[in-house]
Amino acid sequence: MTGSSSQIIVALAGQPNSGKSTIFNSLTGARQHVANYPGITVEKKMGTYRFDGRKTVVVDLPGTYSLTSYTQEERVSRDFLLHEKPAAVVDVVDASNLERNLYLVFQLAEMGIPMALALNMMDVAQQRGLKIDTNALSQQVGMPVVPTIGNRGKGINELRQAVDQISKDGGAPQSSLRLDYGTALEPVLARLEKSLSEDVTLATRYSLRWLALKLMENDSEAGRLVREHAANTGDILSSVARERELFHSEQGQTAEQAIAISRYQIAGEIVGRCVKREKEERRTLTDRIDQVVCNRAAGPIFLGGVLFFLYYLTMTIGGEHVAPWAWKYWAMLRDVIAGILPAEGLIRSLILTGIVDGVFAIMNYLPIFLILFLLIAILEDSGYMARVAFIMDRVLRAFGLHGQSTLPMILGGVVVGGCAIPGVMATRAMKDQKARMTTIMIVPLMNCMAKVPLYVLLVSIFFEEHQAIMLWFMSLITLGVALIVASVLSLTILKREESEPFILEMPPYHLPTITGVIRRAVERTWLFVKKVITIIVAVAIVVWVFITFPGLSKERTAYYDGQVNTATETFMKKIGEDNPYAKLLAGTGLKEFGQFWDRYKKKKMGIKGKDAKEALKEKFSRENPEFFKIVNKGKGLDGKKDKHAKKVYAAYKKLDKKLKRLDTARRKETVHVSFAGRFGRFLEPVSQWAGFDWKTNIALASSFAAKENLVATLGTIYSVGEGPSGATLASAMAEDTAETWTPLHALALMLFVALFPPCIATLIMVRVETGSTKWMLFAATYPIILGFIIATMVFQGGHLFGLTAIQTMISLSLLTFAILAVTYFAGERSVLKKQLSS
Amino acid sequence: MTLDEMKPGNECRVVKVDVEGVAGQRLLDMGFIPGTLISIIRNAPLMDPIDIRVKGYMLALRRSEARGVEVTPL
Repeated sequence: MTGSSSQIIVALAGQPNSGKSTIFNSLTGARQHVANYPGITVEKKMGTYRFDGRKTVVVDLPGTYSLTSYTQEERVSRDFLLHEKPAAVVDVVDASNLERNLYLVFQLAEMGIPMALALNMMDVAQQRGLKIDTNALSQQVGMPVVPTIGNRGKGINELRQAVDQISKDGGAPQSSLRLDYGTALEPVLARLEKSLSEDVTLATRYSLRWLALKLMENDSEAGRLVREHAANTGDILSSVARERELFHSEQGQTAEQAIAISRYQIAGEIVGRCVKREKEERRTLTDRIDQVVCNRAAGPIFLGGVLFFLYYLTMTIGGEHVAPWAWKYWAMLRDVIAGILPAEGLIRSLILTGIVDGVFAIMNYLPIFLILFLLIAILEDSGYMARVAFIMDRVLRAFGLHGQSTLPMILGGVVVGGCAIPGVMATRAMKDQKARMTTIMIVPLMNCMAKVPLYVLLVSIFFEEHQAIMLWFMSLITLGVALIVASVLSLTILKREESEPFILEMPPYHLPTITGVIRRAVERTWLFVKKVITIIVAVAIVVWVFITFPGLSKERTAYYDGQVNTATETFMKKIGEDNPYAKLLAGTGLKEFGQFWDRYKKKKMGIKGKDAKEALKEKFSRENPEFFKIVNKGKGLDGKKDKHAKKVYAAYKKLDKKLKRLDTARRKETVHVSFAGRFGRFLEPVSQWAGFDWKTNIALASSFAAKENLVATLGTIYSVGEGPSGATLASAMAEDTAETWTPLHALALMLFVALFPPCIATLIMVRVETGSTKWMLFAATYPIILGFIIATMVFQGGHLFGLTAIQTMISLSLLTFAILAVTYFAGERSVLKKQLSS
Repeated sequence: MTLDEMKPGNECRVVKVDVEGVAGQRLLDMGFIPGTLISIIRNAPLMDPIDIRVKGYMLALRRSEARGVEVTPL
């Protein structure tokens, strides 16, 4: 072993809910980093500490109950121990749950790596009246046992010392524990071990007793090891098959059953010798909480309350208070960047409207994410998540989902106003691969915060009298469609994904630790920032290029420039050469004044109260008294009237209006001739089936970078100028669309946007969580097709039957729920079939 | 009798786990071996899954999985 080298690797193993992560945090402190095991989505956490001058790298293995090869987590743990050959394994054991935890201890010990036990949660065991004789336990299991309380950092140094000891000894470091599997199995194991030992490769690489046991358990990965490394593969595997069959017929149980039974029997005996129950166990606090929280009537109500609270804290506190506070700083940062950049031209436009606005559109959600991740971490650490799964499983299972799909769907925005990114990330806790993939695929169909502004915009224009009902219908229909999609996916293309039985431990409730919660929340937020920002930059640039280029033709540019010149000349003529201000406004002076004018108007709009107004006037007057006289309608700060200045004011007001109009016209035309515009018109022959004209197409294409672009792009196209506020855009659109748009157009667009592909940031998270580009592309394309079909159906169907938008909406809801009912019963049947076959 | 037929508030002992593959192995891993004492605590709001106590800890499992566990009521 690597006992003498300056750096050692130690694996941290343990069953779920044993407090392993608190031990990991206490051992390594802040020196951690998270990666993924290659090719799969299981997290690989690593951290380091120094003990006695030696650097120790701790690898946190995923929490598992056993070490079979049935689940990804177990395979990862096992492969790490087999192939990376750590200098030692520390198994974190829940002291209050010793018997089941020993089951894993035995399996780790059989792999032949030096081992120590961290007997964790000693305080909980004590509360439950358990007294554990650690010395006796250490003797029984043949390895050092260190009592610890992970969340208070107790016993950590002793644990480090034990690790140092066992990894240093080098002589006989292995655990002296050797389980007796009984008179029926031991001879078989001995025979197998002997034939395995004849193979040099196997004998030098693996613990043969372990390999023999695994082969008898019919472990697929063990079979693969033999096939890969052994010379006489066929002989070994056929003798294993023979022995297994013989054992089964003679003993009336399979070898894996016999092995598990022996392990539990020995665990029971050891517990009997080392643990004393000092007082009869009374009903624990957890039992009493569960009586309410899991109650058939109160449970769902409580769950609803918790989810509402989660929602409320994130969206209201986070969205309305914390986020605007952070936005202020983003805006300040944007101003700083704007200040550095050249005042005009492509570079400014690219960096500011392309990259900066693109990135900030996503970064705006950061404070909300942080709050959300904090709350989720609290829920996870408290143990309530298992109860959520328990309550919701029956409903969701019929659609190929899982009780654990609840949280991702809520986060995605079942009720309007979530975000798919944390939703997709929250599927990480799901062990059932099939249900997890299904959940990832449908979370983006929920109504995220960025889709809502468009709903609100359209609803306020076209459904003024039914606003709330329409929004309510939207969430109902998207939920219905999502469940149908889930059902279809899980019965078709996801059919072969690995599915796990629903056998879920309901851990005792815990008070989460502050550092643990913060650490997890920051980790997840950081993962998001790291993964998303770089790609957002790239996509933002592409979108910007598509909207900006190839730009106006020379003739059109000359035309607009000419118009601007004419307007300026008219202005100069109007104020007259003899006007004392004429000189001031000649040449670049006019531009300077224009900026002064805009700034003053903008500041004045955002200000209330007489004193503040006076202060503002004084400030601007101090900056430039001449300019100020003009913008203040000819009045100086002293109240003296100046008719020349007043004249300039009136003339400039007209000029300003004219220039702004020209600017929007120019911008509108630029979009029209841009690549995006061409693309939008190219799609129009098809998209018109759903009622989308080329303008809508552009807006939809731009929303791919981030959904909030949708309303912003509409703003550009519908000539609202810079910084469209909801109200002005609504009126501009209402004016512009009055003749061409019907409520049916609006309804089709809303439904399409509801189902439209996830934004690029979500797609990146889908890529991260599925570990597959193929699935990411699927998640990007199927919603387009689905959305287009539904939008077309609504638009054409509504026209065909002469229905109003509301009637169409009701028909669509009825249709959705009819299909939903069918899929529900189809799902039920397959669940039932599975029950009967087992 | 199988575990899914037990009513909340009752106790039973495991006779045999008769499930193939992952579910069977997982049940063994969680301590469902002959003689193990199981208390049925409650049903979920829609009667499925069920919440039980086994070897000192709480476990939720679907009725479809519980059906594979043969028990004798106490």
